[in-house]
Amino acid sequence: MTDLTKLTLADARAKLVSKEITASELTQAHVEATEASSKLNAYVTLTSERAMDMAKASDARIAKGESGPLEGLPVGVKDLFCTKGVRTTACSNILDDFTPPYESTVTSNLWNAGAVLLGKLNNDEFAMGSSNETSRFGPCINPWKATDSDVDLVPGGSSGGSSAAVAAHLALAATATDTGGSIRQPASFTGTVGLKPTYGRCSRWGVVAFASSLDQAGPVTRSVRDAAIMLTSMASHDEKDTTSMDMAVPDFEAALTGDIRGLRVGIPKEYRLDGMSSEIEKLWEDGINWLKAAGAEIVDVSLPHTKYALPAYYIVAPAEASSNLARYDGVRYGLRVLGNDITDMYEKTRAAGFGDEVRRRVLIGTYVLSAGYYDAYYIKAQKIRTLIAQDFAEAYKKCDVLLTPTTPTPAFAVGEKVDDPLSMYLNDVFTVPVNLAGLPGISIPAGLSKDGLPLGLQLIGRTFDEETMLRAAGVLEEAAGFTAEPSTWWKN
Amino acid sequence: MTKNKNLIEGATGSWEIVLGLEVHAQVQSNAKLFSAAPTTFGAEQNSQVSLVDAAMPGMLPVINEVCVRQAVRTGLGIRSEINLRSVFDRKNYFYPDLPQGYQISQFKYPIVGEGEIEIDLKDGTVKKVGVERLHLEQDAGKSIHDQHPSMSFVDLNRSGVALMEIVSKPDMRCAEEAQAYVKKLRAILRYLGTCDGNMEEGSMRADVNVSVRRPGEELGTRCEIKNVNSIRFIGQAIEYEARRQMDIIEDGGKIDQETRLFDPKQGVTRSMRSKEEAHDYRYFPDPDLLPLVISQAMVDELAADLPELPDDKKARFVREYGLTPYDAGVLVSEKASAEFFEAVADGRDAKLASNWVTGEFFAAINKAGLSIETSPVSAKQLGALINLISDDTISGRIAKDVFEIMFETSDDPAKIIDERGMRQVTDLGAIEAAIDEIIASNPDKVEAVKEKPKLMGWFVGQVMKSTGGKANPKSVNELLAKKLG
Repeated sequence: MTDLTKLTLADARAKLVSKEITASELTQAHVEATEASSKLNAYVTLTSERAMDMAKASDARIAKGESGPLEGLPVGVKDLFCTKGVRTTACSNILDDFTPPYESTVTSNLWNAGAVLLGKLNNDEFAMGSSNETSRFGPCINPWKATDSDVDLVPGGSSGGSSAAVAAHLALAATATDTGGSIRQPASFTGTVGLKPTYGRCSRWGVVAFASSLDQAGPVTRSVRDAAIMLTSMASHDEKDTTSMDMAVPDFEAALTGDIRGLRVGIPKEYRLDGMSSEIEKLWEDGINWLKAAGAEIVDVSLPHTKYALPAYYIVAPAEASSNLARYDGVRYGLRVLGNDITDMYEKTRAAGFGDEVRRRVLIGTYVLSAGYYDAYYIKAQKIRTLIAQDFAEAYKKCDVLLTPTTPTPAFAVGEKVDDPLSMYLNDVFTVPVNLAGLPGISIPAGLSKDGLPLGLQLIGRTFDEETMLRAAGVLEEAAGFTAEPSTWWKN
Repeated sequence: MTKNKNLIEGATGSWEIVLGLEVHAQVQSNAKLFSAAPTTFGAEQNSQVSLVDAAMPGMLPVINEVCVRQAVRTGLGIRSEINLRSVFDRKNYFYPDLPQGYQISQFKYPIVGEGEIEIDLKDGTVKKVGVERLHLEQDAGKSIHDQHPSMSFVDLNRSGVALMEIVSKPDMRCAEEAQAYVKKLRAILRYLGTCDGNMEEGSMRADVNVSVRRPGEELGTRCEIKNVNSIRFIGQAIEYEARRQMDIIEDGGKIDQETRLFDPKQGVTRSMRSKEEAHDYRYFPDPDLLPLVISQAMVDELAADLPELPDDKKARFVREYGLTPYDAGVLVSEKASAEFFEAVADGRDAKLASNWVTGEFFAAINKAGLSIETSPVSAKQLGALINLISDDTISGRIAKDVFEIMFETSDDPAKIIDERGMRQVTDLGAIEAAIDEIIASNPDKVEAVKEKPKLMGWFVGQVMKSTGGKANPKSVNELLAKKLG
């Protein structure tokens, strides 16, 4: 029998529908793969038994002809999504062994569609990081290694566990979240597809909050079609999240017509950074040529406030985070370190519970919201945010999607940037503006670096126009023909 | 505006008190401001707490539309500007009874803007007090410190309950005005049904801002007295605090702007927290909530459905019932008493009804420590008593006795009169017989009354005595005049 973990989500779905395989067989194969993957540290909690039970239930529904759209398909879930009865930590010590008595809306949607939970995936603590090195469970390791190198690389972050698991065939797909690039950058680092939907497309209810005005859930998959299938089930209007959009969820898979003739693809000149590596430049050029060859029209556009995006992001996101993380106080759940009085208890609990990066951002956020600094930082950042959104709106008068690189570099070594937050933050330079404007973005594996590491291209769509973006992504994927796979070194 | 009578005298001259109030009124609603948890008072600890109220990870607030409508109705009731767009902000601070680590409030853009409230003062004058704003915010939970030697407990039942903070302008100049303002505001809230106004249960409480100045000078430094929970305490707190500030300034000192607490046992205010702990609340718009946008159509619809409010009702009582403005003011000051009066006056002599309600009735419930809701005599029963006076079944004097029995027994007046034989005797034959008997047995008095008409009173007394006070006094007088005149 072929290795069932090699299937795409779409192919596995087809084989389940045709009864060529059972959900139990499919899940068993993935459970075995996950249990042999500890070197990658992609999963922080395995739910193998539950997975097999869910698969059995799926088989029963399939037999009765009651299949959901994701029936019997095993997936991994980022540890930021609350899962009922399954420990949820956001990979932070502060949550200790917190086990939610509720299920996030996005994962509820998946289970209602028939999907199977393999376990919870590693991420940067509270999704704060670009390398998955700030997790309380230790770094997640990229399944990819540079040519002729044994150095452990980061899978990107914060959704490092999601990207590593999907790249290493430890799940057919994974949920992830993206606040400043946390889906797209890890996808780019691992040769996977990462889709960040429009802000408001997926409910944030039950997802541990990092920065509420930027956080958005989305899938990491091994194909654009799989991303479309996952998003169709993950997305919903949710009355419990008033920022989720009250609109019908389209069948995103139907958008993959393969036809982009006449599509106008914008190339923002400000994304051509000084000192950008030639391999990234070439990759971008390849992407432009592929789309042009498929009948798209290439348009030069300008997003003049791009250079202010990163500074604005690192004000807005920490500001919201400093407030969102105030609830982790040791009073009701999670970690508590006793103190002499309430203030002492707060201080000891939060000192023990939060790692360096989280503390750094809580401090930055507290600072920028403080009396006397609020106008100079927070208000100014909000103004920049408006200008950035206007830049995109202006550009979309001339084009339908934008094409950019996803990241300025391929995956880097574990430990390489951990003591240099500024260089770490620069990873998000191409992805952050998309969050600030609330737009959808997708990273597609488009080539290999000179060291044999995956590189991604990013397509950015109009608000709530994931369909056009996905259509272009499908064509780009086809043209790129990215078939490289990492060696399975972790299995030994 | 300033009246000299409000000045207080210090050792170095007179001082003017300047008062502004921030009233927290719990919105009458079945669910909390951002969650579906119930809001019933007195429920078992932590039994009314949703995942949102406990600030579990990933939980999000969803605005309760009922609370928004109540805030708009209140805004309309205090003749204030309604802001069609308002914004919820986070007020950040750590406290165990504040699960989110922030209170969701409205800082820069409140739902209700400027307005005014007319207050009735004891000297019969009416004064306008400006309202600065009204905003919606979450209440906190409750810390309980007396359950364990070293730990505190937290009850989150109140956590997230909707409050309206109604901020006045610094327009009040003495304790009476502040008390009248709170009373009037409470009456309006109760008329609207937007807050039950129950200060004992904490559903309404006031922060009182007090400062003093020489008349005509700039505003002095103010102190805020937090969470005063009765109208009497508001008066006491102001009297104490104004004198405290005056004494400090007269002794050459300076007032520190600070938050103070009123201690009702000692009748003093005390500093609440030191300056080192001064909070920086780091307000910023709550990113979990979009700006609150309401339509003018909704405001218009709510405005059209507003009940009659105290000022309008008072005017109508004067106009329709011919009451004095004073009596009308007394009756409308509580929604319940206005309703009680109207039920009693329905189809009856309104002035007689007003006299009975504001006289015997109020005196009796006040003396017994009861309220209209707990009164043993219903409006229907009091109305029946007035009917019995009007149709001469009983006299006004007997009616007072009947009322006393009604108050003790809750019986209907007709039943009391029948059982106790208190019906007025209007049978002229019976009265005549009594008169004849008295005339027959008192020939000397009959002679004397011819000389001294004043003695007629003695005969009236004898007739009433022999009829047990039930004879119709008018008939007695008429018959006596006929027989002896």
